[in-house]
Amino acid sequence: MSKCRSAAAVAAVFLSLALLAPRGVAQTRKPAAEASAGQRVYGIGREAKAEEIAGWDIDVRPDGQGLPDGRGSVKAGEAVYMAKCAACHGEFGEGSGRWPQIAGGRGSLASDDPSKTVGSYFPYLSSVFDYVRHSMPFGDAQSLGNHELYAVVAYLLFLNDVVDENFVLSKETFAKVRMPNEAGFHDDDRERTERAFWNRKPCMTDCKAAVKIINRARVLDVTPQEAGPKPR
Amino acid sequence: MADPADPPSSDRLSRRRLLQSAAALGGSAVVGADESVLAANPNNLPPNVPPWTRSLGDGVAARPYGQPSKFEKHVMRRDVQWLTASRESSVSFTPLHELDGIITPSGLAFERHHGGIAEIDPEDYRLMVHGLVGKPLMLTLADLKRFPRVNRIYFLECAANSGMEWRGAQLDGCQYTHGMIHCVEYTGVPVKILLAEAGLKTAAKWILAEGADAAAMGRSVPIAKALDDCVIAYRMNGEMLRPEQGYPARLVVPGWEGNMWVKWLRRIKVGDQPWQAREETAKYTDLLADGRARRFTFVMDAKSVITAPSPQAPVAHKGFLVVTGLAWSGRGKVRRVDVSFDGGRNWRAARIDGLVLDRACVRFYAGIEWHGEDLLLQSRAIDETGYVQPTKGDLRKIRGVNSVYHNNGIQTWHVLPSGEVENVEVS
Repeated sequence: MSKCRSAAAVAAVFLSLALLAPRGVAQTRKPAAEASAGQRVYGIGREAKAEEIAGWDIDVRPDGQGLPDGRGSVKAGEAVYMAKCAACHGEFGEGSGRWPQIAGGRGSLASDDPSKTVGSYFPYLSSVFDYVRHSMPFGDAQSLGNHELYAVVAYLLFLNDVVDENFVLSKETFAKVRMPNEAGFHDDDRERTERAFWNRKPCMTDCKAAVKIINRARVLDVTPQEAGPKPR
Repeated sequence: MADPADPPSSDRLSRRRLLQSAAALGGSAVVGADESVLAANPNNLPPNVPPWTRSLGDGVAARPYGQPSKFEKHVMRRDVQWLTASRESSVSFTPLHELDGIITPSGLAFERHHGGIAEIDPEDYRLMVHGLVGKPLMLTLADLKRFPRVNRIYFLECAANSGMEWRGAQLDGCQYTHGMIHCVEYTGVPVKILLAEAGLKTAAKWILAEGADAAAMGRSVPIAKALDDCVIAYRMNGEMLRPEQGYPARLVVPGWEGNMWVKWLRRIKVGDQPWQAREETAKYTDLLADGRARRFTFVMDAKSVITAPSPQAPVAHKGFLVVTGLAWSGRGKVRRVDVSFDGGRNWRAARIDGLVLDRACVRFYAGIEWHGEDLLLQSRAIDETGYVQPTKGDLRKIRGVNSVYHNNGIQTWHVLPSGEVENVEVS
């Protein structure tokens, strides 16, 4: 009897594994509802409580979903920024040493020296807000209160000439802010624009005339000297 | 953080390379030196009997968790300090030139952290699954281990692998040019099973995977991919994940860029649109020459590299020479790898030895008789979709040089008559 039951349980496991059978190269794109249909529930784990979720559920989307209550002015943000951000990012967002530049760079993206900053590159305000909320200040993450968070993001917008000095960022004003480079992104198009890389008969012999070395890494001499015992 | 693929600014290192000593060794060996010159202690060579043959060594369990031989200490992950402002948000590279086969030893798998290594007590680990689900779940590590599990060998390549080489040959070593990849066996729970457990709502289109590290780094993954083949892994190569690889649990996103394989996974949220997080907008997007950028370039294109000979693995002899390397494709299996000895003028198919698996590394070999002439070594991966790894020139024609990410161009190593090897580009 118990043997039968365990055999049935094993069979159920195999059935669920069969649904995970290896797939071909083409990415299968099943509708979500269909894909999860027929899967069993194991009754493992427990229901997450709302207050538990609230502590970790800190993501913010472009449409503002996930924004906390709070508000902060450019002026209040300047104080937060100078105290907690300027040491690495510079007083004007210019970046210190190898720490990231976060202001300026508008119009540089097509140049030889593109500068990807909050103002020049980030497509959505949420991308900035969500990042600061998750990760900044570096080494003291998730330490800012919501008002400080709104304020410092308002100041970043000001540093990037996206808003004026009187701006106050809040749940309500968030939706009105448009980032300058929002239209600068398009979804992956490699299968169309790089179609030529799919080639049934790549050349095998005499594929080009003379071959010349055109540049060499050793001229730059930026490779780290190897540490530790040397190979013998 | 400064991206590791950004070119160096002011603080470039200007030290000469180990290469010179290696070259001196290689040079003498090439002309055929007395082998006793190379021995650490000629008294250990026959007809003498060395001490390890005369006296007892350590007993069992003297090394309860085994480590490599003390003579292999040079085999290590290395970083390039000028790349980043701090080591907490930086990268270390797999020593590909010291490895063979397709499996990366766990302790040598490259690292990329955005806020340092989170050290999580497994008792205090929690994974939350919530959002557009019927029942939000709270899972412990013990819970995760109770679900049916799968074993999969996959490569994991950082989107920025070879990112320092967009503007030309820059780093002399395949550890540095190609070492942001590893290939291991992962064990874990298919995401599909967890989502079914929580009860996916029909509006579900994307999931957000978020880490518990000091960057709480998150990425959006299309629901179709999550349901297709993503896994929440807690083991690599049989043992529990290493802390630097996301202990106790990470996301596995087969064939897609490494940044999406969120480590120290604490939360999966189901939603109806992508989150457009910083790591999928300001970072891990591919800036083109005209100033526009590609976004959601998830798949890693087919790529290969010769791991030896390479700048850190010079040639020490004439005669028969084994040329070896790795190839992989995010679109499926590698079908063929071609090797060139003359900088891409002529090619021949290499021999693939060992397992050929879907979206895993394959190991290839090509033997030649080397007489001390200059060689320009290249390899070219072709996958089962017919994609042929492009030259760097062909790639730049489309992607420019500001992309940072997704540089899968063909690598050239110049083998000099001395046996030294350097990173070059050819016409």
